[in-house]
Amino acid sequence: MMDQMRSQLGRVRGLGSNKHGVGHWWAQRITAVALVPLSIWAVVSAVSLTGADYTTFQAWISEHGNLVLMLSFVVAMFHHANLGMQTVIEDYVHGEATKITLLITTKFIAAIGAISCIVATLKVALTG
Amino acid sequence: MAAANRPLSPHLQVYRPQITSFISIMHRLTGVAMAFGTILFTYWLASAAYGAEAFERAQSLMGSWFGLVVLLGFTFSIYFHFANGIRHLFWDVGKGYEMETVRKTGWLVAIFAIVATVATWATVCPWIGGA
Ligand code: HEM
Repeated sequence: MMDQMRSQLGRVRGLGSNKHGVGHWWAQRITAVALVPLSIWAVVSAVSLTGADYTTFQAWISEHGNLVLMLSFVVAMFHHANLGMQTVIEDYVHGEATKITLLITTKFIAAIGAISCIVATLKVALTG
Repeated sequence: MAAANRPLSPHLQVYRPQITSFISIMHRLTGVAMAFGTILFTYWLASAAYGAEAFERAQSLMGSWFGLVVLLGFTFSIYFHFANGIRHLFWDVGKGYEMETVRKTGWLVAIFAIVATVATWATVCPWIGGA
């Protein structure tokens, strides 16, 4: 009954294959664009930190540029990875309950990962 | 037909391997591998919040053979996914769709990923005069 009262558009809205339309697609592209320079920086940094001790690492991450780029990299990467895993799960998992469980688990892991990276970065950079 | 028995696309039994499908599958594999890799990355970064001893333990784990194998996989994955990600972004603005171009850029991605991985490791490898 309720469904009959809704307009055609109202019914179809948000009912694409991944059920949340174009926002997901855009966020995946925007984080991808951000990750192009950020991942070059990340690889160069990782190479330069090969075998670094704590003091070296602490000095490195306290530099303003590195601090900002590390936080940007972490945010873009976890967001992008979460959106990507969402696509993959939606492609392969068809049971509704399993799918929802996996999607929520992925989101939680991505959120906790991002938060612990952000907190650790700030803590080491600002308090040593 | 029951939903679970529908044929998958591409139909794997009758599908001739091609550079295009190979690269596409690899994009997904490297993306998923790196998504799992973020857990190790988080461990490494968070270890620094626990102080010098914990961070240096994480650093030596990265230098162990286990760590080196994972980091090698990470290096290849990020270069591959990076290059093919840019290829995707070109498609998104409607460029590079000619079949010939699609094949060429596919090969370019694979070659770039291998060459960049070797070059990166050469700069840190003590046997080839790196750090
Ligand atoms: C280096 C810069 C990166 C670029 C340019 C990039 C680009 C892209 C693009 C354009 C897509 C969408 C592909 C599609 O529509 O099929 C994608 C998917 C994905 N990306 Fe990335 N990405 C990058 C880094 C990363 C990183 C660091 C991770 C993980 C930590 C990651 C994980 C994923 C995952 C899991 C997917 C979903 C794969 C799929 O749907 O097949 N990406 N990436």
